Amino acid sequence: MRFLLDPEQRAFADSLNAMLTAADTPSVVRSWSRGEHASGRALWRRIAEAGVFALAVPEAYEGLGPRPVELAVAFVELGRHAVPGPLVETVMAAALLTEPGSAKRLLPALASGEVMATAAPTGSYALDGDVATTRLSWDGDGNGLRMAPGHGPVRTSLDPARRLTHLLPGGELLTPDPPLVHALTWARLATAAQALGVGLALLDRTVTYVKQRTQFGVPIGSFQAVKHQLADAKIALEFARPMVFGAALTMTEADVAAAKVMACEAAYRTARTALQLHGAIGYTAEYDLSLWLTKARALRTSWGSPDACRAAVLSVPGDVSADGRRS
Amino acid sequence: MDLDFTPAQEAFRAEARSWLHAHVPAAPLPSLETEAGFAAHRAWEAQLAADRWSVVSWPEEYGGRGVDLVRWLVFEEEYYAAGAPGRVGQNGINLLAPTLFDHGTREQRARVLPPMATGEVVWAQAWSEPEAGSDLASLTSRAVRTGGGWLLSGQKTWSSRAAFADRAFGLFRSEPNTPKPQQGLTYLMFDLRAPGVTVRPIGRLDGKPAFAELFLDEVFVPDDDVIGEPGQGWRVAMSTAGNERGLTLRSPGRFLAAADRLLNLWQAQGSSPTTRDRVADAVIGARAYQLFTYANASRFLDGESIGPESSLNKIFWSEYDIALHETALELLGEEGELADTDWAEGYVFSLAGPIYAGTNEIQRDIIAERLLGLPKGRR
Repeated sequence: MRFLLDPEQRAFADSLNAMLTAADTPSVVRSWSRGEHASGRALWRRIAEAGVFALAVPEAYEGLGPRPVELAVAFVELGRHAVPGPLVETVMAAALLTEPGSAKRLLPALASGEVMATAAPTGSYALDGDVATTRLSWDGDGNGLRMAPGHGPVRTSLDPARRLTHLLPGGELLTPDPPLVHALTWARLATAAQALGVGLALLDRTVTYVKQRTQFGVPIGSFQAVKHQLADAKIALEFARPMVFGAALTMTEADVAAAKVMACEAAYRTARTALQLHGAIGYTAEYDLSLWLTKARALRTSWGSPDACRAAVLSVPGDVSADGRRS
Repeated sequence: MDLDFTPAQEAFRAEARSWLHAHVPAAPLPSLETEAGFAAHRAWEAQLAADRWSVVSWPEEYGGRGVDLVRWLVFEEEYYAAGAPGRVGQNGINLLAPTLFDHGTREQRARVLPPMATGEVVWAQAWSEPEAGSDLASLTSRAVRTGGGWLLSGQKTWSSRAAFADRAFGLFRSEPNTPKPQQGLTYLMFDLRAPGVTVRPIGRLDGKPAFAELFLDEVFVPDDDVIGEPGQGWRVAMSTAGNERGLTLRSPGRFLAAADRLLNLWQAQGSSPTTRDRVADAVIGARAYQLFTYANASRFLDGESIGPESSLNKIFWSEYDIALHETALELLGEEGELADTDWAEGYVFSLAGPIYAGTNEIQRDIIAERLLGLPKGRR
């Protein structure tokens, strides 16, 4: 038992972190939010070139995977930099497309970053349905997995980088019996890792801020009431981290659901603390902290609310197989 | 990165499980915090020690098996999963023994450790004083030089297990008026039945004498019972405190077993949706604590030291333990009010967790200042 990232895994994280730091993701996020996708697409291709999406795609279909631990490593970095786009949904699509015919046809383009995918049960919102061209949808009535023929109008999320659309019904039948529980497990793992990265970024930014911000003649970070809130955020994140990687190793439904609860609750708690300790400046859309604050809220309920995930931990039968998002 | 145990580790797990299955008392022992319960738990320690299960991580010469941290974690998982009794010797085993391994003499280890391993000598800690709690370095109990040793005088308090224990260890001021309060302290071991010692048991919240006040009036301690150099006690003790908060005070096995019992209780009562989330949080928290510990154990085995990170650990388990027991008492309904259930005993015990071994406020200061790098300020 050696439950630590290997040197290669740490190096992979470091290289992604460096690449994303140089990419000035806040400006990419703001363009993406306005529906201007060029810089986001360019960033997407670089993330794909680093091998991130290939980690979810089997080698038989021009991928490198499935490698859930490395995928989790990558998604922590994507969350840390608030990268926009249907990241989790592209991973989920890779997990849904196990039928050899459609896998051979669709997966190589996902692995290479040429195509973005989105995925949602019928009637639920699909993330970035206007940009993704592989749009997968399913319902709970046994009508199988379909390639949706188009999307409805874009609705704005509280996280402006998340552009939500319904998918149009019908479309080509890809497989009558898609592996929904399996795909949901991948989606939850990626979401948990992304949320962990969001939380780590929020903590970092807030620690930096409270060391610089001076009131009553001293840095506000010297006040115990401030310190203790940040200590609690640190505890929550540091206990979420091994849950995410432990879940990536076992990939059991219960472990992944537990990791999603821990990581998303830690990120959300950190977001609340970050907002409070930044004060009014943190409450503005203009200040970049908002990009992470709003994402922490969105990820908390995406692909399984805390309640739904807690039920999955206890193996309480739910309707997750019918409706991965809203159960 | 992996979570796999080797065949040898699995064999060790099987051996421990098999022994525990054959030996763990069928009925729970009486409360550790009563005279009869203390004696019963002491007898259990002897039974563990007879087959070398009381201190598995110690070297064989002192009664252990010399196993590494991973096997210690495995043993603890099996121990609590088997429903085995609480450990009456834990103050000595978890706090004093690591100090002796780091700072004691060979003679001290040979004399102190074997009877600790068998439960023949049970140790109490003597840190706090009426005016020295979180600010431990302000302590005023004295150690005064005398022929061949020291005379201890003063008052210690909140001394866990001291009501029934045999010996105690703690810090005493051996040099008055040092520039810093952490200087001039000496770490000593003393006999709780020596002339000049008065032990006054204190009833904890449920009235059981789980701790005591110690009044010391020129209690003679030979030089052989000083650990480390005289005057260097703070440094010696802090290595113990780090250990206490770190990996070994509360093993994940304890909480995995408790979460399992809570889950069974919830299911036996019909799996109510109103308590589902809290039961799930208990299950999730136990797994998180296990994996966090596995990660730290892996770092430790890689040669890294675990320093202020142990404060994360202490806050997590102490708050987790209370939440778990609160949920259990709620599940029990009106039975949850009764004092004589295992859950009530565990609940009362858990309430002390955020207070002892460095209050959680002190731990949060450590996290903020030493892990996050925030500036020191007024407490």
